[in-house]
Amino acid sequence: MGHLIEITDVSFGYEDIPVLENVSLDIFERDFLLLIGPNGGGKTTLLKLILGIIKPWSGSIRILRDVAGRLGYVPQFASFNRNFPISALEMVLTGCIGPQNYLKRHTKDDMEKAEMILEKINLHDKRHENVKDLSGGQIQKVLIARALVSEPVVLLLDEPTASIDITSKTSLLDFLNELNEKMTIVVVTHDPTPFALTYRHIACLNKNLYFHEKGELDAHILENVYGCPVELLGHGIPHTLLKKH
Amino acid sequence: MENILSYEFMQNAILTGIMASVICGFIGPFIVTKRMVFISGGLSHTAFGGLGIAYWLGVKPLYGATAFVLLAAGIIGNLEEKISDLFIGILWAVGVAVGIIFIHMTPGYTPDLMTFLFGNILMASRTDVIITLILLFLVTLPIFIFYKGFVSVALDEEYARARQLPVKALNMGLIILIALSIVTLIQVVGIILVIALLTIPVAIAGEMSMNFKRIMLLSIVFGIVICLSGLSLSYFLELPSGALIILIGGMLLTLIKGAKKLSSHRKTTV
Repeated sequence: MGHLIEITDVSFGYEDIPVLENVSLDIFERDFLLLIGPNGGGKTTLLKLILGIIKPWSGSIRILRDVAGRLGYVPQFASFNRNFPISALEMVLTGCIGPQNYLKRHTKDDMEKAEMILEKINLHDKRHENVKDLSGGQIQKVLIARALVSEPVVLLLDEPTASIDITSKTSLLDFLNELNEKMTIVVVTHDPTPFALTYRHIACLNKNLYFHEKGELDAHILENVYGCPVELLGHGIPHTLLKKH
Repeated sequence: MENILSYEFMQNAILTGIMASVICGFIGPFIVTKRMVFISGGLSHTAFGGLGIAYWLGVKPLYGATAFVLLAAGIIGNLEEKISDLFIGILWAVGVAVGIIFIHMTPGYTPDLMTFLFGNILMASRTDVIITLILLFLVTLPIFIFYKGFVSVALDEEYARARQLPVKALNMGLIILIALSIVTLIQVVGIILVIALLTIPVAIAGEMSMNFKRIMLLSIVFGIVICLSGLSLSYFLELPSGALIILIGGMLLTLIKGAKKLSSHRKTTV
């Protein structure tokens, strides 16, 4: 599998405070990469660097020519303006807006694609409903649909399971698995548990990045990342929290 | 009624009112949904600084107000994310302070100062009508052209950045359009009441629709209704037109909100 995105020795910070230091990471074709780490560890910042929203202090981010401009982005749940009156269909259509066409009207093709994606995520009957009237899981799906309408090669999701219930989580994971057959998925999360059976690679980020080819983690690395004692648990095995956690 | 309409000052007032309402309908929904009400308040009050300097220099006050509002819009647009409520509040107060000092330093009487503070649409001249018409095109045309871009930044600025849209330029454009709208509305309701006219029709429209384009259209309709009824009442009651326009708007909003609440209460109790 080829590299779609190559991040080499990237450092970045806000004001004078470094958030990322010498981060290197390769994102492969059809990868399902989990980017985990504590809050404030720089996960969202790394996504923004990949998307070109911010520029690194040093280092380079190389995006394959065919992939540049075809990065789908699902920001954190609460990032859009809830005050803005917009239907699910109109929200999905905003995913078609880019630097080449923001002065033009939506095409028939844009409309058909948006309707088709809403149909696929079982929200076609809700297409004219105001986004703020939808449930958390439905809003998350609309945000994913907005990213998919631009036909991305890589889909970057920031904390996609943070504000949704367990049923919606299961259906979202199934959907992401299905998407992964056609595209690369990068998920930023502070809670990797829901993705435990889904991911191919995992990278831990807390200013520095630890990448794992085989998708395996040991307690020592996680302790470095989270800065506190960590105990690895097998799924389905009853567990206890560490006393000083 | 026919008699009233034959007066040129009344024709000017009606035309200015209608055009100002169209401007409000186009820009108001962006101000409300993008939570730029305080920024707009700051912009309109900085106009007072320009007004004072214009009086002192002996030039048309509206030109001074326009220059100051556009300058403030440029500063706010340039600072973008770094802008804070504190900064807007300071800009607001400094604008007014500069105006007070220069008006105090101006020798003699400043005849139409109250018109600029509280508005008097009945004083609109043919030149004012033409200026408003030009401003109408200057505000509405860019909104038609950049509509998708403005909606993108109003809805989700971060996503617009990720889509490589020129977010800074679009935000700057929006603030300049707000500044131009404020200049127009100062003639109608005055510096102090501008914010009310930019927000009340949108609030009424928002009670009736959750579709952005429909809210724009309804804001224009309600803006016209409010302006023309305030204008007529001010003529017959001989009361200040700007204040009446806003009071009618406030009452209409209260009525519609009340009726809506009553109807939903009935539905839940039936």
